[in-house]
Amino acid sequence: MDAMIEVRRLTRRFGPVTAVDDVSFSVRRGEVLGFLGPNGAGKSTTMKVITGFLAPSSGTVVVCGADIVNDPIAAKRHIGYLPEGAAGYPDMTTLGFLRFIARIRGFDGAEAKSRIDLAIQRTSLQGVLQQPIETLSKGFKCRVGLAQALLHDPDVLILDEPTDGLDPNQKHEVRTLITELAPTKAIIISTHILEEVEAVCTRATILAHGKLLADGTPQELEARSRHHNAVRLSIAGSSDDAVTALLRLPGVLSIEPVTDAEGAGIMIFPRDGRAIVGEVTDLVRTAGWPITGLRVERGRLDDVFRAVTARPSAAA
Amino acid sequence: MRSTYVIFCRELASYFATPLAYVFIVIFLVLAGSLTFFMGNFFDRGQDDLVAFFSFHPWLYLVLIPALSMRLWAEERKSGTIELFLTLPVSMTAAVLGKFLAAWAFSGIALALTFPFWITVNIFGHPDNGVILASYIGSLLMAGAYLAIGSALSALTKNQVIAFVLTAAVCFAFTVSGSTMVLGFLQGWAPAGLVEAVSSFSFFSHFSTILRGVIDLRDAVFFLSVMALFLYANAVIVDLKKAD
Repeated sequence: MDAMIEVRRLTRRFGPVTAVDDVSFSVRRGEVLGFLGPNGAGKSTTMKVITGFLAPSSGTVVVCGADIVNDPIAAKRHIGYLPEGAAGYPDMTTLGFLRFIARIRGFDGAEAKSRIDLAIQRTSLQGVLQQPIETLSKGFKCRVGLAQALLHDPDVLILDEPTDGLDPNQKHEVRTLITELAPTKAIIISTHILEEVEAVCTRATILAHGKLLADGTPQELEARSRHHNAVRLSIAGSSDDAVTALLRLPGVLSIEPVTDAEGAGIMIFPRDGRAIVGEVTDLVRTAGWPITGLRVERGRLDDVFRAVTARPSAAA
Repeated sequence: MRSTYVIFCRELASYFATPLAYVFIVIFLVLAGSLTFFMGNFFDRGQDDLVAFFSFHPWLYLVLIPALSMRLWAEERKSGTIELFLTLPVSMTAAVLGKFLAAWAFSGIALALTFPFWITVNIFGHPDNGVILASYIGSLLMAGAYLAIGSALSALTKNQVIAFVLTAAVCFAFTVSGSTMVLGFLQGWAPAGLVEAVSSFSFFSHFSTILRGVIDLRDAVFFLSVMALFLYANAVIVDLKKAD
């Protein structure tokens, strides 16, 4: 059983609107798949179909060998799901809610207790066990949702915007937790925070208008950026001569002035994404320009994100 | 059926987690008492039975059962917990039944707490306790039928107030469908078969038969079929509307 989650030609319509349009992909054990996409791209709908909440209009999803349409209960046993909205029943206490989840997942007595304890410990919920979920802060609510998703140690984790609305420390904790869990599970997370994809995902997909427009490692996606292998150069004083000279290099496509946290400088874009840092440094050394900074860009996901989602038909 | 039981326990406990349970029980008992004593002339009748008490139950349920059933699905949909609930490894049957049975058990608890009436008539007279038991069973069956209607209708909307009003209206229709008012309105033009059919849907007439002390199989079957029908509709509605 290679792929833990297999989405096959999935389409979901809401009346006249096609929210997910013929999407296929699979996720293997050890992979963390990031769902990127603007709001309304179909990320949540795809997740709701994978978890068996919504029925697909056509196509299907197979989770650990169980078809979500024909054998939903078997498939749901393998899934831990953090929905986007409510993470737990508002009027229940954290502990009461986790006990309910343990019982409904079929655990009793000592096993239920040890599983609940482990989930509490993993998500640091010790301090709020007796509090009703509705009184918890957003960060704690999210952790309660994570705890219930992890409780049965599922093979598949589906997390819909797990770090949405959390402060930087909480975000870091959640990401660390996901990274810890990753080797033994197949994980899908949706997000519109691009840095999160670089931080936790082994694979990123971009969804827009219900279509899957890009699928690759974050590095592969970054390589599609026009900033991939671009060189950021800061020169003391005027850089006009340098620009003229640099533009004559065969690998250089264009040069733009940039001003960012490092101050003013120029961005040298390569032709076809090739590595131009060698050519540029050679030229800098021969010309003897007083440079104050030189850096090679890896590429920017937000470039790719914008380019891909803005032109759905061309990119598809 | 383990999951039905687990859902049942969670739901029943959730009634008592909020003031709802206590408010409901107190109001149920106060209304049941005042209707019996003031409108039913419990003492003046000079009879050692509980007819005055039970004959108000259809009206009592008409107001109170929708308040109990309105939250069943509307609240889940409103708060978004329905997504969590229906992605747990439970069948739709277990989900619908678990919730319904919890509400039914709760109404049973409220009904059981009216036992002082039974004690009262036993102190002051020698009532036919068989009739009283039959009436309690009949009342419970009728409460179940009202609850099933309310449960199905609460799945239609995210708004609990709408669920309440819809349920009260439909329950009212079921309650009065056997009354002379409704039948008189129909008799002028509707075919006899329709009049017969409408009157046979009346909760009131089925309940009155039970109050006479016999649980006729037909009456029990009637209430149980109403429950089955509406719970089936409930599952269908949840499936259709959960995406909204």
